[in-house]
Amino acid sequence: MIQFRSVCKRYGKKTILDTLNLDIKAGEFVILIGPSGCGKTTTLKTINRLIEPDSGEIYIDGKDITKMDPVKLRRTIGYVIQQIGLFPNMTVEQNIAIVPKLLNYKKEEIDDIVHRLLDLVNMPYEENAKKYPSELSGGQQQRIGVLRALAASPPIVLMDEPFGALDPVTRDSLQEEVKKIQRKLGKTIVFVTHDMDEAIRLADTIVFMNEGKVLQVASPEEMLQNPADPIIKSFLGKHMSNGVNAAGMVASDFMRKKVLTVPKTKKTLECIELMSRRDVSSLIVIEEDDTYLGTVSVDKIKAQGKAGKEIAELITVEAITVNRDSNAQEAFELLIASPTGYVIVLNDDNTVAGLITKTSMAKAMGEALWGEMTQ
Amino acid sequence: MTYSEFLAKYSTDIWRAFFTHIELVLVSVGIGVIIAVPAGIFLSRHKGTAKYILSIAGVIQTIPGLVLLGIMLILMGIGKPPAIAALSLYAILPILRNTYTGILEVDGHCIEAARGIGMSGGQILFQVELPLAMPAIIGGLRLSTVYIISWATLAGMIGAGGLGDLIWTGLSTYETKFIVAGAVPAAVLALVANAVIGFFQHILTPRGLKLGR
Amino acid sequence: MSTLFSLTIEHMVLVLIAIAISAIIGVILGIICYWVLYLDKVILWVVDSLQTIPSLALLALLMIFFGLGNTTLIIGLILYSLLPIVRNTYIGLTGVPPHLKDAAKGMGMSKLQRMRKVELPLSFPLIFSGIKIATVTALSIAVIGVLIGSGGLGYPIYRGIQTMNFGAIIKGTLPVVIMAVIFDFLMSKVEYKLVKRAK
Repeated sequence: MIQFRSVCKRYGKKTILDTLNLDIKAGEFVILIGPSGCGKTTTLKTINRLIEPDSGEIYIDGKDITKMDPVKLRRTIGYVIQQIGLFPNMTVEQNIAIVPKLLNYKKEEIDDIVHRLLDLVNMPYEENAKKYPSELSGGQQQRIGVLRALAASPPIVLMDEPFGALDPVTRDSLQEEVKKIQRKLGKTIVFVTHDMDEAIRLADTIVFMNEGKVLQVASPEEMLQNPADPIIKSFLGKHMSNGVNAAGMVASDFMRKKVLTVPKTKKTLECIELMSRRDVSSLIVIEEDDTYLGTVSVDKIKAQGKAGKEIAELITVEAITVNRDSNAQEAFELLIASPTGYVIVLNDDNTVAGLITKTSMAKAMGEALWGEMTQ
Repeated sequence: MTYSEFLAKYSTDIWRAFFTHIELVLVSVGIGVIIAVPAGIFLSRHKGTAKYILSIAGVIQTIPGLVLLGIMLILMGIGKPPAIAALSLYAILPILRNTYTGILEVDGHCIEAARGIGMSGGQILFQVELPLAMPAIIGGLRLSTVYIISWATLAGMIGAGGLGDLIWTGLSTYETKFIVAGAVPAAVLALVANAVIGFFQHILTPRGLKLGR
Repeated sequence: MSTLFSLTIEHMVLVLIAIAISAIIGVILGIICYWVLYLDKVILWVVDSLQTIPSLALLALLMIFFGLGNTTLIIGLILYSLLPIVRNTYIGLTGVPPHLKDAAKGMGMSKLQRMRKVELPLSFPLIFSGIKIATVTALSIAVIGVLIGSGGLGYPIYRGIQTMNFGAIIKGTLPVVIMAVIFDFLMSKVEYKLVKRAK
């Protein structure tokens, strides 16, 4: 629906947009993101010609917008800015109605539009229509800003960091609402932000820009899995470990496979010897069929054990166990909480698969972040 | 003669002077507004020129009223027209400056939003900028009116009439009553005009600007 | 030429005397506005009205009581100049950040000491600005003084009008305008330095 062909823009010696080529599909929520100065806001503003490109063409629905009257063009595109910019001398109703008025809609139509839009954001007409912007909170003002952009039903809505100046709670609820509105009304939204959280949450497609060029155009999941550039990776930052690696990880990814197990028939003194030789303070005890029974600790043996007896009697089941396919984060939390300092990983048939210790967990996480460790 | 006898004798003169004075003020301030408001709008679009013009206008403001009246007297002769010409020149600066700053002080983000949603330059001017600059513009009008009422008292010097005429008669004949007959109405006129325009300034300020957090 | 020069000096002296006295009275009134809760509106209204009254009217009425001559002009100029000075003093004082006032109170300063050592110095740039405005305006107004028998540059201007002599009018006006511009320029420079120092 919106196409950029070799668009260039310079300010003096600085290149802001460098032969930009981009396609934006109709009905999608597209987010432009990138570091400061990457050209995302400039790109946005060339769509409604608040900024004119030095060269290149921009097409909306196949029509070259540089050949149109900019004022008329802007009336067909919604525009929302970070500082909101509601007209303080006009009521909420008058602010929303402004573009329909400019387009000479009939009074009843305008009235209807204002009522419907206010309902859309749960700000009933009776309470709010006659208020002035200065009587509203920041979040309410920006909602009205969005409604003002939607009033004449433009197919495209441009938003320039609209929630940047709001507190996190308000920002959160407005993000929800905007996403809902976009889905409901089927608008094409082009949204600029520098907040990756916002982008991942809202976008159908993310366009990552840097130094006036497009680095990658992808859905949030794609971008998380295959960031095309180190700078994108760093932007994604914490999302990376959650998104790709941690999402699919299970307990067995973190465990140590070589585990010391003893059959329950083992005698006490033998166990103590074993523990002293291997320098551990407890042993995993298994049944004849290799299924997990419990653990014995050297302290318990010393306290209650009698020489020559089987250790089966001294088994405790204090140790925490998890199934090998259980969620890695869960296993991690259990590990931290574990009184013994380890978590036993069991197979589906209850045999011992491995052991998660703090060392084994740390090693596995290191590999997840930085790749295979040599040690 | 007592005051009441004086008033009885000269009441027509006093009323005539009063109305002439008002006439001079209204016409001059009117001309001032007609010139200064569009000029102020123009300057707000051409800030470079604005600096020069406002400095020059500032210097003109320091020229004593007597002087401009005198110059107009020489150029145009005696009577009301030269007085109006001189007074109009004085009326321009406060309105010009206030229109200019008033428009410039309108929140730039509102203007950006207005452009972005597709308002033309003219629509932005009349629906956003002027309404928001209105308190400042009327403030300028108020200042201007008070100045002109004051300088118009000198108009009598060049034969234009007005309350200054009475004051001058009083000064040159050492007749206190004439002085009072001229000075007191002039003072009252100025104070009332100031209050009335102040009142209009208040009611014409768009509601949205007065309310709020 | 020499008469013009002496007239210019006379003009300037008259104005400066008036401004000096007006400054003292004005600052005191400003302080009173600041200290006494209800008087602020009253004083400001009175002072504002004094400036709204047409200068010729004011001078003429004063003349009734004080006679012709320089004294009356000075009194008129004093009254006329009060508004910018009182208002700026008041605004300056009310603009002093409360935490500084508290600090001074906490240190044990009396009201007067606080005024002298903290509040006035901090307000000084604004007060000076008010004095500047008053000075420049007074230079222009003082010309009317000739009509009530004072000296100053009003005289050549008036003579020029009476004799329809353009040159004479200009000769009288030029010094006034030049003085106004110079005073404005110099005092603005000082004001600028004061503001910078205060930061």
